[in-house]
Amino acid sequence: MTDLLRLATAGSVDDGKSTLVGRLLYDTKSVLADQLEAVERASKSADGEPDLSLLVDGLRSEREQGITIDVAYRYFATPRRSFVLADTPGHVQYTRNTVTGASTAALAVLLVDARHGVVEQTRRHAAVMALLRVPRLVLAVNKIDLVDYDESTYLTIAKEFRDHTAALGYAEDAVVTIPVSAKKGDNVVLESERTPWYDGPTLLDHLETVPVDGPDDAAPFRFPVQTVIRPRSAEHPDYRGYAGLVAAGSVSVGDEVVVLPDGQRTTVEGIDRYTASLSSASAGDSVVLRLAHDLGIARGAVLVAAASAPEPVTEFTATLAWLHDKPLTPGRRLLVKHGTHTVQAMITAVEDRLDIQTLALDADPGTLEINDIGHVAITVAEPLPLDDYDRVAATGSFLVIDPQAGDTLAAGLVGRPLVTTPVDA
Amino acid sequence: MTATLPTTGTDQLDVLESEAIHVMREVAGEFDRPVILFSGGKDSMLLVHLAHKAFWPAPIPFPVLHVDTGHNFDEVIAFRDAVVERYGLTLEVASVQDYIDDGRLSERADGTRNPLQTTPLLNAIADHRHDAVFGGGRRDEERARAKERIFSLRTAFGAWEPSRQRPELWNLYNGRHKPGEHVRVFPLSNWTELDVWRYIQREEIDLPSIYYAHTRDVFARDGMWLTSGPWGGPRDGEEVITKTVRYRTVGDGSCTGAVESTATTLDEVLAEVRESRLTERGATRADDRLSEAAMEDRKKEGYF
Repeated sequence: MTDLLRLATAGSVDDGKSTLVGRLLYDTKSVLADQLEAVERASKSADGEPDLSLLVDGLRSEREQGITIDVAYRYFATPRRSFVLADTPGHVQYTRNTVTGASTAALAVLLVDARHGVVEQTRRHAAVMALLRVPRLVLAVNKIDLVDYDESTYLTIAKEFRDHTAALGYAEDAVVTIPVSAKKGDNVVLESERTPWYDGPTLLDHLETVPVDGPDDAAPFRFPVQTVIRPRSAEHPDYRGYAGLVAAGSVSVGDEVVVLPDGQRTTVEGIDRYTASLSSASAGDSVVLRLAHDLGIARGAVLVAAASAPEPVTEFTATLAWLHDKPLTPGRRLLVKHGTHTVQAMITAVEDRLDIQTLALDADPGTLEINDIGHVAITVAEPLPLDDYDRVAATGSFLVIDPQAGDTLAAGLVGRPLVTTPVDA
Repeated sequence: MTATLPTTGTDQLDVLESEAIHVMREVAGEFDRPVILFSGGKDSMLLVHLAHKAFWPAPIPFPVLHVDTGHNFDEVIAFRDAVVERYGLTLEVASVQDYIDDGRLSERADGTRNPLQTTPLLNAIADHRHDAVFGGGRRDEERARAKERIFSLRTAFGAWEPSRQRPELWNLYNGRHKPGEHVRVFPLSNWTELDVWRYIQREEIDLPSIYYAHTRDVFARDGMWLTSGPWGGPRDGEEVITKTVRYRTVGDGSCTGAVESTATTLDEVLAEVRESRLTERGATRADDRLSEAAMEDRKKEGYF
């Protein structure tokens, strides 16, 4: 058994994020010889040290411009834990990628340059993490060497960040701040002697020991049906199973379930994972459920616990993170993909838009543009069994899709999961 | 359906398996004509194994497509045919040799055929009207791959446009595409080479024999051990010697190098992968060494 931490990193341009990730890979010996040689060959650094950011800037245009354009996924392991790291770009027009990385992360590392402190991008990234309910945050105050390892500079930045994250609803113990130099290696993997005033963990220590929150056992059972398995073969003439990934909660043989949106009730007769029959399955398991009744269930249906079935709705309030260059046009026909069901939809009103700096809500903005976060009213053509995102994220999330171009326009979260306290800008 | 097992769920391999199966079932639910790219190599064999588990007891609902460079290892072709037979698959073959024979492609000066695969691949996708194409690519293989989505849209010309990639949120995959476009799907995106070998061991998956140590006549070129075949042999001054080797990847015979190894069993291969200080592509693929951006350029043209 190995445990796995999925994390995301975010920072603004030139914070040295790629160098930090490169440093993590390098100091955990996750960089293999040929990769390092390739970096040394391509390295343009004047001081003769390998430029560790080249380990992670994958695309030619990124290397040429010296910035990270797209989310890159990195894999590294220590004896204590395996990590999947979504390295997300800081440049303002790529904030959509921060949303992508954050949507699957259990922890986010935000970077600031110690010389500049908390900037607009830091506030934006923290707001995105709070919106998507990333459970834990780390602030890496990078380039601490360039402020001569000055404690008071670090403390000022740390306090400003803590004030901001508290306003976003983060508890104090969910946020850790660490002074680092990715370039020199201070407090990334190895403890630094140049920050004697800092007695907290190194970044890697923290990543290795921070608790990973497993699936929420108390969450209600949710199971979007992906496909119906019906072999009609000589060996399995009557087999009929509903394949899917348990999105939330758990299910056991004998449980009563409701099929939404139609509302029929039936009982789980069997849970198959390939040839094995299971007594139960929980969030994250890809399984096939066999039911007591043949109810004509198809892809798009959601099986839920009978005791906690949501009422399917056609009108609801949601929070959108707008991700596309093309702004939102209220009243335009769109698609909403919820679980395994894609339905026609229309955004009827934009209620307000979040001011990232002050965390205040500006009423009636009329539209949402790329990188905006706001609350909208949505009408869908068929009833959807929605949960509030802050209660069941897996069935409280959806995509907004352009029906013509096919592009993903927005990340949708049912309800108002972001609770903020406005602060003085 | 004999044993009743307790559910596990936090082991890394279970997480990766569930994710890959979820991806395959999404494709089955949302696309009309998916296909699995199948070379007989370990990653594509893993795709077939996962598809078998994802749809059991129904048969795998996808055909397989082999882009055949003509530079094959006999063991791999025999293995490919045995797998097709065992799972009752439909095999489609796109033959680089046919394209060379009728003049649609010409042999490169270096004799390497990996870059020539793109045209037959794209034509086969168009001819069969495939709208989803499963590949065994992993993000740990190479820097350009590290940036690719699990559902990766390709234009009508098969091109990957990194700046236009769709954000991939939660596990909600957007497979919308226009007529003529298709989506490359990478269910093994989050696996590492070590995960692949651990899973092969756990699931007792058969592989072509060349993945295990054997004796072979080889010659050194560009720091790799190449073997003679229909693609040619040693040049003047390249000495042929007999060595105990195995392959970490299976590709075009002219540019796939063997590594020195005595690992004849899965346990020994696993131990070797754990110890290795080279990525599998760096160790064994001459085509990825062509330039710093070799993979990025080929992917933009429509390569795997």
